[in-house]
Amino acid sequence: MLKYTLKRILLLVPVVIGITFLVYLVLSVSPGDPARMMLPEDATEAIVAAKREELGLNDPIVVQYLRYMGNAIQGNFGTSWYQGFDVLSEFSHRLPYTLTLATIATLVAVLIGIPAGVYSAVRHNHMPDYIITFFSLLLSAAPTFWLGMMYQLLFSLRLGWLPASGASNWKCFVLPVVSLAGGMLAGNSRMTRTWLLDIIRSDYVRTARAKGNKETVVIFKHALRNALLPVITQIGVGFSNIVGGSLVAENVYAFPGIGSFLSSAVKSKDIPIVVGCIVVVSIIVGITNLIVDLLYAVVDPRVQLGK
Amino acid sequence: MEKLLEIKDLYVNYNTDESVVHALNGFSLDIYKGETLGLVGETGAGKTTMCLSVLRLLPEQVGEIVSGEIKYRDLDILKASNDQMRELRGAEVSMIFQDPMTSLNPIMTVGDQIKEVLDLHYPKMDEREKGKRVDDILSLVGIMPERKDQYPHQFSGGMKQRVVIAMALVSEPKLMLADEPTTALDVTIQAQILALMKELKVKFDSAMVLVTHDLGIVAKFCDSVAVTYAGAIEESGTIEQVFTRKENHPYTTGLFHCIPDLTSKAPRLTPIPGYMPDPRSLPKGCKFADRCTKCKDKCREMEPHMHEVEPGHFIKCWFSSEGSEEK
Amino acid sequence: MNAETNAASLRKEGKKRKKGQIHMIVLRFRKNKLAMIGLFVLVILMVTCLSAPLWLNYRLVTRQKIVDAYQAPSSAHLFGTDQFGRDLFARIIYGGQISLFAGLITVFIAFLLGVALGGAAGYFGGTVDNVIMRFCDILMSVPGVLLSMCIVAALGQGLVKMLIALSVAQIPRQARTVRAAVMTLRGQEFVEAARSCGSSNTRILLRHMLPNVLGPIIIGVMQGLGGTILSIASLGFLGIGIAPPTPEWGTIISENQNSLMYYPYLGIIPGLFIVVAVLSLNFIGDGLRDALDPKQKN
Repeated sequence: MLKYTLKRILLLVPVVIGITFLVYLVLSVSPGDPARMMLPEDATEAIVAAKREELGLNDPIVVQYLRYMGNAIQGNFGTSWYQGFDVLSEFSHRLPYTLTLATIATLVAVLIGIPAGVYSAVRHNHMPDYIITFFSLLLSAAPTFWLGMMYQLLFSLRLGWLPASGASNWKCFVLPVVSLAGGMLAGNSRMTRTWLLDIIRSDYVRTARAKGNKETVVIFKHALRNALLPVITQIGVGFSNIVGGSLVAENVYAFPGIGSFLSSAVKSKDIPIVVGCIVVVSIIVGITNLIVDLLYAVVDPRVQLGK
Repeated sequence: MEKLLEIKDLYVNYNTDESVVHALNGFSLDIYKGETLGLVGETGAGKTTMCLSVLRLLPEQVGEIVSGEIKYRDLDILKASNDQMRELRGAEVSMIFQDPMTSLNPIMTVGDQIKEVLDLHYPKMDEREKGKRVDDILSLVGIMPERKDQYPHQFSGGMKQRVVIAMALVSEPKLMLADEPTTALDVTIQAQILALMKELKVKFDSAMVLVTHDLGIVAKFCDSVAVTYAGAIEESGTIEQVFTRKENHPYTTGLFHCIPDLTSKAPRLTPIPGYMPDPRSLPKGCKFADRCTKCKDKCREMEPHMHEVEPGHFIKCWFSSEGSEEK
Repeated sequence: MNAETNAASLRKEGKKRKKGQIHMIVLRFRKNKLAMIGLFVLVILMVTCLSAPLWLNYRLVTRQKIVDAYQAPSSAHLFGTDQFGRDLFARIIYGGQISLFAGLITVFIAFLLGVALGGAAGYFGGTVDNVIMRFCDILMSVPGVLLSMCIVAALGQGLVKMLIALSVAQIPRQARTVRAAVMTLRGQEFVEAARSCGSSNTRILLRHMLPNVLGPIIIGVMQGLGGTILSIASLGFLGIGIAPPTPEWGTIISENQNSLMYYPYLGIIPGLFIVVAVLSLNFIGDGLRDALDPKQKN
């Protein structure tokens, strides 16, 4: 297991290198001269050239990239081209907010979505099933940022129950978490329902009944544990989507995570911030997927790690 | 002899979106203590449906027992409470399912799956005793007890079937319903498994219904035989009565012609022409009429009743000896 | 009967059966009420948006009249007007052209490339599979929205650039679905049979495999379509999708974000259009899945 974990972490390295290089490449070949954009409009050609030299923009892209990665490994993600701050120290302030948000939202999506799916399947074709299915469909069809705005409108602006923006206390997390969890919660509930209904009709569940088990034991001990296996495999993807959603929805709540400053960096083509963001997010998503796979191997005896 | 199970005039339907499938149509059968009964018939004749009906395990919302009676000893199965049924399942009556590949829970160790039966039906037994019982039954079916902590995917098909049998036998049931227990297995393993089941049956003094489509297996392992066709019994009797071929239902005769016989000089096998009637729309008279060589007008109009051609030997045909006398 | 007519009759039989199969799929789909409602709503939505130039003046979309700002919904302005006095109804209808059809085109591009990449990976296996799949792993190592954001950052704003950005984010998912389906088929007898008859690789892939993997692909495409419409809206909301003043559902919501407190309909209505469109697509997708894969049903 340890060996497998190490191997997976090592495998993460080429993926991170690959995605950052890809992004670095497309950002660098795209039109627009960052040096000119950083300087005042009346800057002379000589000053621009000097700036280009300072930023290392005259070197081949591969050299630029290698220099960037060399610095990054030493913990130096460069400084923002337009705002002047150190990218890493800015990340160290902002990342915990985004991560907390995404983690809580994922937990909420799992802890509410799965029971909802079970209840829906057990009451198959009855009122609770229809209600849960209806809300799942609705949640999975609504854009996260729009849901966020609607919650904000209702619970902050109209009812005044929860703060509309910021992250000063726990109350500020409620609305962002609820809006981010929605999509994955709906997905988990629908998937649990589908698989549970499928497995309830399987041969081994019939065997469990033929032994004289109570129906509740049949469902929770025999069917549910098997039905959750495919749901677990989707947690990594769900988490990744929630991080993505967070990058967008943070803008709704003026939430001080990485999302709110990434979108402005994207507009101004602030390469250090964008690439830094990619590095950080790809590592986080990679580690989450690893944790999910390890968890899966613990739950499903058929999975042999390293194969 | 004590009558263990009595099925009387059972009708079972499967209701699907498109149509109603008549799986059992007046199925009657008696099973006595210690007896091994071979239930023979083509695919779709209702053999599995009968086993599932006895345990009331027909698929929910789809399978429906329309009418009839099933009695296990004094218990009326169709009127029993869910608790009574649970006490019966796995303890008094256990079922061995057809496909060992899918009949075991993939994420429970085989030991735990066998022990679960004891947990359910012997709640007072202490853990060590249960462990010993699991070890014993595993050795009986020819699996090393050390393998009880392994998962189903670590076993081969034949081994899995042994686990399924161990699971069905660990509570020493009075009646075993073995639904084609060897169909999914290699021929060489088939014989081993069946011999094992016969041995265990004798050891625990239980009765067994062996569902199969192989008359050879019936001749070798059973005391009596019942031939099913389109959801009803066409002929039943002891092995001797049916296999001497003195008098048989035309369908049974047809089945015999399908077995290769090394002693006879017949150049080739004669298959029964045609197919079983569509269970969604059954014909009015004798269900076998369309494929029968002896078919007359009467057969298409009225369904024949059971005729006792000799004590204990029943044939459902207008042209059976007792039946023709009546005419 | 000689072999040739035999083969001809077999082929005819096969064609008949295929027709029957499609017929069965259509029947099953039509029985699914939600899917039919979804199809109905989506067709109406598409026809309305597409035919807009015939009955709705495009000038309404951009015409600013500050005196008309923040008009409540009325007969003159069906959905009211925004802070610049622009007609929300016209903006939503014309915005739908972008949201719906950009989604369709994106998924279509991703579908073509996904089938090509996934099909090659699944069919050839080995190094080809490894290279393609590692490439997909790299693209999937960050959330799709983030990847699209980076590409937009590189290429700049605009419709075509956004289409490219969204397609790239979609490709790995489509490729994986196709690959998985092809892999399960690869070992099956009828493919072996086709190969033993001397069929070329392309022929086997297109003629024998594609029809058999169409089910999961169509389901994947429908799911991708809903997701893409949501992504377009997200990019629009962040202000990095289509350049203003072209309306698009996400941008409309974002423009009106600050007016929401007093004029909530400005945010609610365009959002509902997104929900209805994506919901319809999901219904159709579910209906197709049930129709193509009857095992899943009861």
